[in-house]
Amino acid sequence: MVRLITHNLLACHAKGCTSNNFPLQFKDVQVELREAEFNPDFLRGFIPRLEWGALVDAARQLGDTSLPAEPPEMLDVEFLQKLHHVLLEVHVEEGAMICPNCNHVYPISNGIPNMLLAEHEIG
Amino acid sequence: MSRPELQAPPEIYYGDIEAKKYTNNSRIQQIQADMTYRALELLNLPSDQSAFLLDVGCGSGLSGEILDEQGHVWVGVDVAPSMLEVALDREVEGDLFLQDIGQGFGFRPGSFDGAISVSVIQWLLNAETSHPTSSPPHRLTRFFTTLHAALRNPSRAVLQFYPTSDDQIQLITSIAQKAGFGGGVVVDYPNSNKARKVFLCLFVGGGGSTQQIPKGLEAEEDVGQVHARFEASRQRQRKRDKNGKRKSIKDKDWILRKKELYRRRGKEDVPRDSKYTGRKRKTVF
Repeated sequence: MVRLITHNLLACHAKGCTSNNFPLQFKDVQVELREAEFNPDFLRGFIPRLEWGALVDAARQLGDTSLPAEPPEMLDVEFLQKLHHVLLEVHVEEGAMICPNCNHVYPISNGIPNMLLAEHEIG
Repeated sequence: MSRPELQAPPEIYYGDIEAKKYTNNSRIQQIQADMTYRALELLNLPSDQSAFLLDVGCGSGLSGEILDEQGHVWVGVDVAPSMLEVALDREVEGDLFLQDIGQGFGFRPGSFDGAISVSVIQWLLNAETSHPTSSPPHRLTRFFTTLHAALRNPSRAVLQFYPTSDDQIQLITSIAQKAGFGGGVVVDYPNSNKARKVFLCLFVGGGGSTQQIPKGLEAEEDVGQVHARFEASRQRQRKRDKNGKRKSIKDKDWILRKKELYRRRGKEDVPRDSKYTGRKRKTVF
């Protein structure tokens, strides 16, 4: 149940890994689509918090190319629906997320990523 | 029996069996729901807007369900895999993470509109190993600093917990303040042993005096109101009649309620209601 909305907020939190630790790269993922309720107001409020480039990259990695490379000026309903689909309806069920900096692997099983660190990695 | 947090670390204490028990216990469900509503009230989010919230120690998603109900989008973290499994079975809406909050979060700054936590941070007060990163002050510091970073400015975090002593409250609040939080402790029903609940109500930013620490609920003023919480047992206090004698608990209403309950459960041979139901026998026999 890693949705891209949370993936977009997630950086590596291992000890000493403070730069270039975002976004985590997907590996060997299995994706599942599940419908969710469309809430345009929530999306409009959320767009400023998104790291757009990372979101588009992540969506491409998962095989979804519906989003433009730059966020459009006008937020019409069609665009918001695409965004809604990418952010809230694409669930990563299996696979792993890898930190681009320290190569820490966060495995995802059953839709739940394992974010636990070993003792020497705790900051 | 001693407190659960003294018996084993959470990921072991909440194994498969305990996780199911916890989730299916209607009393725990009720208490969790009450506390989640109260925590949401203390969060003081703008109404009619869905917010993006963090549920710290989400467990099986009992409080998450209420967040769903209120139209919020949420992310839950918990350290007990069995609890998360139950949450998956219950098909909660939020994203779940297997994460030890004492190790800190990796969320980008300013991610969340608020955070709630029900009955969790007392678990951070025990050291599981002698490694320096497992000492309670270190884990609390890690937790509060990363939580502070993950929250938007301004926003709030409301964390309900069960302290065993005032020293623990002192330790937790001082570390939270060092991490940059404003705010403090809100105690509901301070004079009741059972209904007393401690909420740590923390503020991020907000420019000085704009955010006031909310008041704790007091028992007297709330009895009989819709807002009375954790007070069910008090309200049920046996009402004595004029002569000071206790009224019988099993009066007519009670009998009718029980019979109705049995019928709803599909039990056969429930006697029908009549004018004789629950009527007192004459003393002469």
